[in-house]
Order: sequence, then C-alpha cells, then structure tokens
Amino acid sequence: MLDIDKVRKKFPILKQVVNKQPLIYFDSGATSQKPQCVIDSINYFYSNSNSNVHRGIHTLGDRATVSYEEARNKVAKFINAQAKEIVWTKGATESLNLLANGLSNFLHPGDVILISALEHHANIVPWQQVCANTGAILKIIPLDETTEKIKLETTYQLIDLYKPKILSISHASNTLGNIQPITDIIQYSKKYQTITIIDGAQAFMHLRPDMLKLNCDFYVFSAHKSLGPTGLGGLYGKYELLNSLPVYQTGGEMIKSVSFDTSTFTDAPGKFEAGTPNISGVISFGCAIDFMNKIDFLDQKTHEKSLFIYLKSQLEKISGIILYGDLELNIGTISFNYKNEHPFDIATLLDQCGIAVRVGNHCTQPLMRCLNIEGTVRISLAFYNTKNEIQQFIIHLKQCLSLLD
Amino acid sequence: MNDSYINVKNQITQAGSWQEKYREIMTLGKELPVLPQELKVDSAIVDGCESNVWLYINFNNEERKLLIAADSDTRIVKGLLSIILYLYSDLTPNQILLIDANKEFEEMALLKHLSPSRGNGIKAILNEINRKAYLMNK
Ligand SMILES: Cc1ncc(COP(=O)(O)O)c(C=O)c1O
Repeated sequence: MLDIDKVRKKFPILKQVVNKQPLIYFDSGATSQKPQCVIDSINYFYSNSNSNVHRGIHTLGDRATVSYEEARNKVAKFINAQAKEIVWTKGATESLNLLANGLSNFLHPGDVILISALEHHANIVPWQQVCANTGAILKIIPLDETTEKIKLETTYQLIDLYKPKILSISHASNTLGNIQPITDIIQYSKKYQTITIIDGAQAFMHLRPDMLKLNCDFYVFSAHKSLGPTGLGGLYGKYELLNSLPVYQTGGEMIKSVSFDTSTFTDAPGKFEAGTPNISGVISFGCAIDFMNKIDFLDQKTHEKSLFIYLKSQLEKISGIILYGDLELNIGTISFNYKNEHPFDIATLLDQCGIAVRVGNHCTQPLMRCLNIEGTVRISLAFYNTKNEIQQFIIHLKQCLSLLD
Repeated sequence: MNDSYINVKNQITQAGSWQEKYREIMTLGKELPVLPQELKVDSAIVDGCESNVWLYINFNNEERKLLIAADSDTRIVKGLLSIILYLYSDLTPNQILLIDANKEFEEMALLKHLSPSRGNGIKAILNEINRKAYLMNK
C-alpha cells in the first residue's frame, strides 16, 4: 500500500494554506507538483556542477554532461526504450511540432492524417498546418455520443477506409481522463504501415508507458506533468525512423561539420537538440524519474483508482451534476458541469475554499463542440491526493453550489 | 466617487464571511441590466476571457460623461461588472482618470480578480475605460 503521509511530506507545496484553508490541489493535469528532491536537484546543479554540456574540457563540464546523459538513460529505462531514442524538447507541444515538421516531408496531397476527437490543441493545430502545406487531409475518429469515448470498431473502419499515413492520438485525454485503447489501435495500424504517434502528456505519470509493449513509432511527453520542471519534455522515436527525420532547428551542438557552403549533422538524438539545452531541467527530471521508481507502480495505480472511484461516486450523488467521459478506464480526471451554472463561477468559489481546479475548454475546443458544451470544471487527481481531500472538496463544493442556487 | 458606489463598497467590505461577500457580488450581478441579445455580438467581446464578456462604452458629449454597458455569462463577473459600473457611473473623464481601481478592488479584497491568470477580462475592461476617458479628456 502507498504510504500516503510519507509521500505527501515529500511535496513541500502541499503544506500551503490558500485563502485561509489547507490547499487542495486538484489541477495536476495542468501541471503536477514537484517533490523536494526535484527542487533540490536544480539548486544543487547550479551550486555544484553548473557548466555547459558536451563541450567543456574541464571537470564541471564532465560532471554536467554525465548527469545530463544519465537522465536520458533513466527516462529511456523508465519507458523501456534506448537512450538514443529519447530527444529532449521544451515539452509535448514542441515534440509534436518537431514531428509534424519532420514528417511533412513524407506526405503527398491526399494522404490522410488521423487523429481523435479528444485531442489537445497541441495535437490538432500542428497537423492542420501540415495539411495546409502539403495537401494532406486531417480526419477525425469521432466521439461516441453515448459512451463519450472513441469506439474501437469505428476506429478500425476509419483506418481501413483511409489507410492513414500518420495516426496521432492521445494516450489519455486531458479533459475527460479517458484512457484510449491505443495498444489495439497501434497494432491495427501496422496493416498499412501507418506512422503511429502517441501524445502521452497526460499518461506518462499515471500509466508509465512501455515502448516495447506499445510498439508505437513515436511517443511525446512533458516533464512538468510528471513531477519534473517546466520548460522540458521529450520525444521517443524508434531509432531508424527518428534518425531519418530532417532536423527541426539548427545551430550549435547538433553539428558534425560546418563550412559556409554546407553543414552535416550528428545523428539522433543530438541532431534535434540544437543550442544549449535545458540542462538543469533535464537533470532534475532524472530525479523525478528516480522518485517515481521508488513508488511501487501497482500501489500508485491502486491508490489513484480508489480516489477516482470515490470522487466519482460522491459527485454522482449530487443532483444537478453532469459528469463527462469514460468513467471506467480513466487516469483520475473528471470533468463536470452543474445545472446551467458557469464553470467559472464554481471554480472561483472553490478557490475561496483553497481548492484548485481548472475550468474552461482545456485547450480542447473541438471536443467541447462534440459534447455540446462551452466548458467544464475539471478535477485532475494525482497519487499525492487523499480521500480526505476529496471529502473536504465535496463538503465545500456543496456549499459553493448552494450559493449559486 | 458617488454615494451609490460607496454604499456598494461598504456592503462588500462589511460582509461577515466570504460566502456572504460573494452572495452580495452575485446579487449585484442580478441587478445589472441584461444586454439585449442583438448587442451580444463578437465585436463587443472582450478578448482573452474564459467566459464571455461584452462591453460597450460611449461618451455622452453634452453631459461629458461615459456611458458603460456590459454583460457576462458568469454570475461573479457580472457582479464585478456591476461594481465597476457603480464606480464609474456619472463621472466626467477627468474624474475617471483620478480613480485608482486597483486600490478600490484591494480595499474590497477583490484584487485577485484583476489578475491576468483569471481570464475574466476585468482588467481589460478597466484599461478600456481609462483609455476612453483619456482620449476624451484630451
Ligand atoms: C494531452 C495533452 N497534450 C499536449 C499538451 C501540451 O503540453 P505542454 O503544454 O506541456 O507542451 C497537454 C497539456 O496540457 C496535454 O494535456
């Protein structure tokens, strides 16, 4: 069992008092909180090892480079991949843009890019740009209106119909929390040599994806949603395919040789890491991985699942509350509305009680249109949340809703 | 500052609990005249809001006064709009420019609603009122 008191002590921010109430942080889908070791490692780096990587012939440079590459190893091991298959980026958004940019060279007019109705704007807009530039066509796996998730049969039919060149879907939805059936979809897409991309921004921490088992071509994630720092993320790619992509940005460090006429580039991952990288961020993300490794995955999953079931059952008891999405296979994120009330009002009142939730369209406007709503209140849980927090939340929520009635 | 605003401000600062305060704000919102549907057009929407906020500011040349009409689809923002209308109604441009809205909101302990992260457009509205007043004062 997860020793929740012990876990919570590692997250200094959770001790905060907000608006005279103990903070209840239910917005981990926007960004997760950070354990002390991650915070300390940034301080430690700047105090003890600060120097640039891959360049200095001096002790500090060695130290920084070793830690930087060690973090790449840790992430690779965490997702069951090879270190050279991990590229550091600014985040999931940049990873998707890197892919959209690189893969557009492989596309011809009329080729299909298939995404799902639940995608974050970061996994929609780059593909729209690619379509505008190449004449490729963006197609959508629809949301099934009754179950509010995508259907596997429909997805298979669309894959058979379009034989997509690229399929890019989220492992888990940031708005609804749905865990999507990506293993089956990836497997099925092999029929047409479709390049498969998984947006794991939300799933990375909750589901600990295994690249060998998933067998996707690319997987993107953001460090800050998985206990790490902001401004850092990653891109996993099967090596041969990854290395075949053209460079995204050019500059220092990713170069083999430069003359004024031409340049040659190093191999992946280096060729995608132009300029001085986010060294302290990478190293501290390595510490976030260490932290996760110390938590038994089964314990984490059991705890998160029980929190989710409890929250769902409590919300269902409040008349007037409408819940959205897949309430079975879920990472612990619930979107809801109350009668005709505006989510903004609910969140503003909850904030008075020290409760942090997110409202709005959550960067998924097309999904909101599918659901025929403008926005929701979203609660996104993490393993450091407790049943007691949910109890407190429900008491406060009822109070806030009564102010609106 | 006019008496009706002072009244409103007193009601809010004297609220016994945050619940009472927000109830007060939402009641003020209910008193705000509803903007006719045909005026709720995209061109009147204040940018950068998570909720919809419509704003009209006109200048009455004869009386040298600003006329402000605004509406929102959220109760709390509507209440805050109502407070702003009380704050600025019937003032000349010169009087408007002398008002420190930040200070007023701070004294009502509502300053956080001016934070850009809230995405409620209140700050944008205050800026717009000041911009118009400044132009008219010239
Ligand atoms: C599913 C999903 N994809 C992509 C992103 C973009 O991540 P980032 O803003 O860290 O680049 C997010 C962030 O909210 C997300 O939830």
